[in-house]
Amino acid sequence: MRPELTQPITMDTFLRGIWRENPVFVALLGMCPVLAVTNTATNSLAMGVSTLFVLVCSNVLISMLRHFIPKQVRIATYIVIIATFVTMVDYILQAVSPVVYAALGAFIQLIVVNCIILGRAESYASKNPVLSTAVNAAGMGLGFALALLMLGSVRELFGMGSLFGVPVFGDSFQPWLVMILPPGGFFVLGAWLLLFAWWRERKARKAIVEDAVHAG
Amino acid sequence: MNEQPIVFAEPRTPSSFALIRVLGLVALISGLLIVVVYQWTLPTITEQRRLALEQAVFQVIPGASRLTGYVVNQDGVHAPNSGASGRALYAGYDADGELIGIAAEGAAQGYADTVRLLYGYSPECQCVTGFRIVYSRETPGFGDKLETDPAFLANFEALDARLNAEGTALANAIVTVKHGTKTKPWQIDAISGATVSSKAAGKAIGDSAQVVVPAVHRHLKAEGQL
Repeated sequence: MRPELTQPITMDTFLRGIWRENPVFVALLGMCPVLAVTNTATNSLAMGVSTLFVLVCSNVLISMLRHFIPKQVRIATYIVIIATFVTMVDYILQAVSPVVYAALGAFIQLIVVNCIILGRAESYASKNPVLSTAVNAAGMGLGFALALLMLGSVRELFGMGSLFGVPVFGDSFQPWLVMILPPGGFFVLGAWLLLFAWWRERKARKAIVEDAVHAG
Repeated sequence: MNEQPIVFAEPRTPSSFALIRVLGLVALISGLLIVVVYQWTLPTITEQRRLALEQAVFQVIPGASRLTGYVVNQDGVHAPNSGASGRALYAGYDADGELIGIAAEGAAQGYADTVRLLYGYSPECQCVTGFRIVYSRETPGFGDKLETDPAFLANFEALDARLNAEGTALANAIVTVKHGTKTKPWQIDAISGATVSSKAAGKAIGDSAQVVVPAVHRHLKAEGQL
């Protein structure tokens, strides 16, 4: 049996995945779908929601079975559980939107090996009660989905001049094609990371100045 | 002083049976969940695929109001339930039941992956009348111009696909040529900057037409429709 953690459920349990421990912008996890499928906002949203669904459902089931799963077979068990929910998403997406399914290609099936999901299962769901796990996984999943959407929106806006397929700029707009190609993924991710790093540094500098003022 | 040896407690190890039992139970839950969702979504997925295919066929055989599916191979045209293997073929008929066109599948390796398409063929003019991409992962902004570039689409207004005198093959193989060098009606003028994707579309249609067109004409002659 694995050690049980009894952390109270607070707002931070949910919010840490969105901001302080954001899987994309802070932990730099799940880079494969982050760079590959964020060429449009629709694809980003579909991948984000699919990952959110798999993350929450698989982590809740793992948390429910945590006293029952011996540590010797835990990784094999987690992978089977995650693969189950990925297969379910695969069928549901084919039924709901074949166009989005075709656009996402193999990346839906590759959610099975997304390190965010297995990482959460190992470090949180296997040690925490169901409710706390559900809240934490929802925060992490939402943080991942929002990050994908932030990348996808910028790439589609500059690469196609549209947002969710709706033209934003006039006919005279010349699409910046590199944004929807692989280099555009690296470029936009780098730009977002630069922005967040600048913002954090600015906040830290402000805090030091305020401390100095209070002290002096 | 009498020192006692330190004894470490052995971690409890579950039996092999317990490990197999857990894995078996998880696999059982997994199987049940997957089968339930599969059965639940199967009718919708089948219907979505049928609609997408039907839409593509009607687009490459404009004016068709009824379709009939067949399978075509080197031996000829077969009914879909005959057990014959080969390419899927769709015959489009107008409201009076007259054959107005054929739609057939073609595939060839593109820049990123295989390009799969459905093209229309008119037995009357012995020409390819259009195509529709069914599957493509070509580079956005370049390779995906296959269906949107007006100059490229103009190649397929009446792309020559006449049979040779023996009726065994195309008189002239359909080929894709470099942008701006088209001189013959069976040549496809490539898109500038997307030559590999253009060649894939041309090869998909050309290779398929070499099998489909002779078989269709033999079948139509045997049926007395030509």
